[in-house]
Amino acid sequence: MDFHITLDTPNILRRLIHQQVQFYLDNQIVFNPFPLRHATAMLEWGMNWCVSTQIHTFLIIHAAVVEKNGFAAVLPAPPGSGKSTLCASLVQEGWRLLSDELTLINLTTAEAVPVPRPIGLKNQSIDIIRQRYPQAVFGVLSSDTLKGSVCHLKPPMQSIQKQIIECPIGWIVFPKYEADAATELLPKSKGQAFMEVANNAFNYSVLGVDGFEILKKVVDRADCYSFKYSNLDEAIAVFNQLEAPREV
Amino acid sequence: MKSSWPLLITVLRKEKGFDSLSLPEWDLLLRQARRCQLVGHLFYRLEALDLLATTPVGPLRHLQSAKVQTSKQLRDFLWEVGKLVQAFSNTGCALLLLKGGAYAIAELAPHKGRLFSDIDLLVPFEVINDIERSLLIHGWLPETTADYDQQYYRHWMHEIPPLQHVKRGSVVDLHHNILPRTAKACPDPTLLLEAAVELQGEHQGIKVLSPLDRIIHSATHLFYEGEFDKGLRDLVDLDGLIAELGAEARLQLVDRAQQIGLQRPVYYALRYLSLILNTKGLEDAMHKMQVLGFVPNYIKLMDGLFLRALMPDHLSCDDGFTALARWLLYVRSHWLKMPLHLLIPHLTRKLWMRVTGQEQH
Repeated sequence: MDFHITLDTPNILRRLIHQQVQFYLDNQIVFNPFPLRHATAMLEWGMNWCVSTQIHTFLIIHAAVVEKNGFAAVLPAPPGSGKSTLCASLVQEGWRLLSDELTLINLTTAEAVPVPRPIGLKNQSIDIIRQRYPQAVFGVLSSDTLKGSVCHLKPPMQSIQKQIIECPIGWIVFPKYEADAATELLPKSKGQAFMEVANNAFNYSVLGVDGFEILKKVVDRADCYSFKYSNLDEAIAVFNQLEAPREV
Repeated sequence: MKSSWPLLITVLRKEKGFDSLSLPEWDLLLRQARRCQLVGHLFYRLEALDLLATTPVGPLRHLQSAKVQTSKQLRDFLWEVGKLVQAFSNTGCALLLLKGGAYAIAELAPHKGRLFSDIDLLVPFEVINDIERSLLIHGWLPETTADYDQQYYRHWMHEIPPLQHVKRGSVVDLHHNILPRTAKACPDPTLLLEAAVELQGEHQGIKVLSPLDRIIHSATHLFYEGEFDKGLRDLVDLDGLIAELGAEARLQLVDRAQQIGLQRPVYYALRYLSLILNTKGLEDAMHKMQVLGFVPNYIKLMDGLFLRALMPDHLSCDDGFTALARWLLYVRSHWLKMPLHLLIPHLTRKLWMRVTGQEQH
C-alpha cells in the first residue's frame, strides 16, 4: 500500500458547533478541517497532495492526460482554463483517461503512467457535462468549497481496466477556454512548451538533472500546441484529428 | 528491557533482515520510518547491502522518492553554503556548521539520506552582531520582529532569532552556544570553538566541531530536547558518528564530556545506543564515566521515559504510557533549560500573546 488515509469527523465539541471532516495521513492531520459536505472534494485533494508531495520516482505535472490510438495528449493548464471540462468530454468521446489532474511521467521511458480516478469538475462545467452526457455517472456535489462547487465524474470502466498500460506522449496541448472564442490550434515552440510544462510540474526542481533530461525527451517527441476554444464539439473534433507524431 | 521492539527498530538492530520482510511488513516499516525521517537512511542501507534490486517495487518507490528528496536538499544546501561563505568572507570569522549541515559538508556517516531544514551555525558571542549584519546585507532577515521574541532570544537563548533568506527562503540559526544561557549545564563555548576542525579540499576554510564535540553536541541536543518526533533519527546520527571513533577515542569522549560538563547527555547517548540500536563497544566508555564519578540518577525512571519517547512517533509503536512519557520529557526539557522564576513569566507571557492574538501558531 502507498498511503494510509482516513477521513473522519474531529472531536465531539467541534461537531456540536460545526459539522466538519478531517483528512488524516496515517493517523496524522495534514490540513485544516473542511465542512462535512466537502468530504469528497477533500478526499480528492488530499490524495493528490500525497502523490504530488511525496512521490518523486516520476516527473509529476499538473495536467490532464488522455490517450487515443496509442498516444497520450497532455493538457497542462492553470485552474480555470477548462482543462477538466475538456478532459471529461474527451473521455466521454472514447479517449482513455490516464488522469484529469496529475500527469505522471516514467523517468526511464518518458511515457505517461495512468492514475485514472474520478474527474473533478467545477462550477458550470458540472452542468455542461451532465447535459451533454446524460448517461455519465456523478458523485455527490460539494458546493461552495474554496474552489467553488465540485463534483466527481466516474471514469469509464475501460480506462480502469487499462490502468497498468503506460503510453508514449504524442501531444502537449495547452488549452484555454475563452467565451465566444473561435477554435484555434496553433503550434508552440519546443522551448516555450518546455518552460511552461516545467512551470506546471510539481517536482521538476526536486528531480534536478533527471527532471531536465526526461522533460527534454518528452518535449522532443511530442507535437506542442496552444489551443483556444469555446465550442466543445469543435474542440473534440480538433483532438480527434490530431496526427500521430513522427518518431524522433 | 523491552520484550518487543517496533519493526523499524528490529531492522535497525539488524535482527530482522530486509530480505525477510513481507509486503505488509514493508508497509509498516516505511510508515514508522517516515515519521522519524529515516526513509532516506533505509534507502542507503539497502544500497550498501546491495539489496535495492531485490526490493519489491511498491516500497522501492517510497525509498527512491526519499533519496531524490534528500539529494535535492543537499544540492540546495550546498548552494546556500556558497552564499554563506560570501557573507562571511569579510567578517574575519570562520563559517562553522553544526549538526545536519556539518554532516553534509564534511560527508560524515549520518549525512546520507538525511533530511534537515535549518542551517545551524556557531560563532563567537562577541561577533554575533557583526555576523548578523553581514547576513542581513546578503538577504537573511529575522523571521520574527515581535519585540518580546527578539528580546527573549537575545537575552536568554544560545542563538538569535532565526534568519530567513528573503528570496530563497533558507533559514539560518545563528548560535553562540549549544545550550541556552539559562541552562544549568550551559558549557563554555570557547572550548568548542577552539577545538573545531577546518575542512580540506573543496570546502577548505569551512569548519565543523571536532569529532568528539560533534557527538557531545548531538547527544546534548537530543537529550535536552523536549520533542522527540525525530529522536530516533538523532540516535541513528549518533550511531554513525560514534562508529567513526576507535576504542581509544571512545574513552577520550568521556574525558571531553567531563571537561565540557556534559556527561549526562553523553551517558544517555551511550546507554540508549546500546539498548535501542544494539551499538557495540560502548561498555568501556560507560564504565569509565562511572569510575570518574558520574552517577546515573533515576536511571530506571529515565529508561521508562526514553525507551518510549525514542520510538517512532507512530500509533503502532505506542503503549499506554507513551504520551505521558513524552509529556514528562517535554516538561523536563524546559526545566533543564530555564529556572522556574524565568520560565513561568515567559510561558505566561507567551500564553497571553496567543490569547490576545498577537501571535499565531
